[in-house]
Amino acid sequence: MSNLTNTGSNTTVSSGGLPSRRNTELAMLVFAVLVPVFAYANVGLAINDELPSGMLGYGFGMVLLAGVGHLVVRRYAPYADPLLLPLATLLNGLGLVLIWRLDQSERLRQRAESLFGSFSPDAPKQLMYSAIGLALFVAILLLLKDHRVLQRYTYISMAVGLVLLVLPVFFPPVNGARIWVKLGFINLQPGEFVKIIIAVFFAGYLMVKRDALALASRRFMGLYLPRGRDLGPILVIWALSLMILVFETDLGTSLLFFGLFVIMLYVATERTSWIVFGLLLSAGGATVVATFEPHVQDRVQAWLHPFAKETIESTGSDQIAQSLWAFGSGGVLGTGWGQGNSDLIGFAANSDFILATVGEELGLTGMMAVLIIYGLIVERGVRISLAARDPFGKLLAVGLSGAFGLQVFVVAGGVMGLIPLTGMTMPFLASGGSSVLANWALIGILIRISDTARRPAPAPAPSPDAEMTQVVRP
Amino acid sequence: MSELTLTVMRLGFLAVLWLFVIVSIQVIRSDLFGTRVTQRTARRAEAQRPAQRPQPQQAPQGGGGRRGRGRNAPSKLVVTEGSLTGTTVALQGQTITLGRAHDSTIVLDDDYASSRHARIYPDRDGKWIVEDLGSTNGTYLDRTRLTTPTPIPLEAPIRIGKTVIELRK
Repeated sequence: MSNLTNTGSNTTVSSGGLPSRRNTELAMLVFAVLVPVFAYANVGLAINDELPSGMLGYGFGMVLLAGVGHLVVRRYAPYADPLLLPLATLLNGLGLVLIWRLDQSERLRQRAESLFGSFSPDAPKQLMYSAIGLALFVAILLLLKDHRVLQRYTYISMAVGLVLLVLPVFFPPVNGARIWVKLGFINLQPGEFVKIIIAVFFAGYLMVKRDALALASRRFMGLYLPRGRDLGPILVIWALSLMILVFETDLGTSLLFFGLFVIMLYVATERTSWIVFGLLLSAGGATVVATFEPHVQDRVQAWLHPFAKETIESTGSDQIAQSLWAFGSGGVLGTGWGQGNSDLIGFAANSDFILATVGEELGLTGMMAVLIIYGLIVERGVRISLAARDPFGKLLAVGLSGAFGLQVFVVAGGVMGLIPLTGMTMPFLASGGSSVLANWALIGILIRISDTARRPAPAPAPSPDAEMTQVVRP
Repeated sequence: MSELTLTVMRLGFLAVLWLFVIVSIQVIRSDLFGTRVTQRTARRAEAQRPAQRPQPQQAPQGGGGRRGRGRNAPSKLVVTEGSLTGTTVALQGQTITLGRAHDSTIVLDDDYASSRHARIYPDRDGKWIVEDLGSTNGTYLDRTRLTTPTPIPLEAPIRIGKTVIELRK
């Protein structure tokens, strides 16, 4: 209402009415730190009958991370979305608690000792990765003053993305999938970073090409059929994603890569036909690959018959069966922190299958809350995309949040038995350095775009002859 | 740890988690239910305004002064002709700019409109005024070309190029 008296100056409807909402963010952050600390105390009380000894250090670490994140956002991206940082902090904190809770499991400890000779807890590592991830987040906010700079690297990011996609082929497979790059002491999962880099490429590429892809088409049965030559890009991406599937036996990256392209193509062109084509191509491709690729066959077998004896014998694992049991025994309200048996999943209980622990110990109620929090992150991303003023920012924001959402769907769907398991990690929750780093970077870029989008526009320079107007001569 | 304590903690945690979700959604409420909420705040602000100003000036033309304003005050701006036909903008005391410039409230895609063509704003009494911002082809209120800022009667057509807008209740 302060604009009421402001009628004298020649300003436009000031979006200056938009508050920066940094204090909202701070309040939400405090909440987002308190929830995991409560969970942490809860686990300790349930398992060891006492408050966990590391509680102070853990709580302090969370406060420090959240505080640094908040101060940097306050200083360098003052108009950023108020929810992204608290949501990511909460998920990261819950992930730390879940990993620490699984570290306490006697069963997993014995399993690790019998397999590798020693057991090392994952929670301290995860806390370190979170700190590095947050450092990356801070670095992005400091160095990336304007997301449009990324537009200059459209084709470089394509090259880098392809190299990162191809790189794992030259390294030995880990647990059946070639998704790892081992460089001395560092193991990286490049697939996690590829989603950001490729989103930059797609955004830059589609921004330039979208008119050709959207307009040159014929209408047939309610669908716009693109011209044959415009099908080129989607076919190339499709072929690439199938090659990833065949040579790296990685269903997840392949699906993410192709799905991201289809989402961004749809957003850029507003043509439903691309989604139809995308679904047909991916269904067709996956079916064909499944006929000759044993790794994919195993996954499909485990998806369709998780409890069958042959499945468990042929794939050598009963992970999906155990995961489904975990969800089942959780019920509506869950067993409570630290009181479930999701550690029976064994291998990857704290990475790919971490949602099963959520499902068992927090039940359907907690699971829904966690999924809504993921949904809110995606919603904020789409919202940022709507608010962004430049087409590149719009496409990039929708691409990043689309990739994030797709990853959540692929992992949650796999763990719950809705779709074949793919071997990706749940963003922020799952144990794994690459994943945490990449997702903090993703949140950083989204915050940068939202800051640019919500920042009040500078007062328009008076330039009456900027645009020609026609003169009507009566 | 007793069974009871653990049960209380278990349910307590779920409650806290959901509280977080609900508070988060409250934070973005304006995104989800945007228009309705802003109208409500506008009405509240309007209700408070007379209380804050004990001696409001009587609006000189039309409207019937303060008491009548609640009834006769326009609440929205409607585009009735032109490519934007059907567009409405809620009037909440903000200045509305019209023109081809991208940052205008109503961006006119019209060759006969200037980039900053006209603006519509409430004066101190809440009366809505239209002012031509030196446009090439002029702004017309009911056939007369505007030369000075002019109060807008309800449902009077304001013509800019091919676009006609009206204020409505």
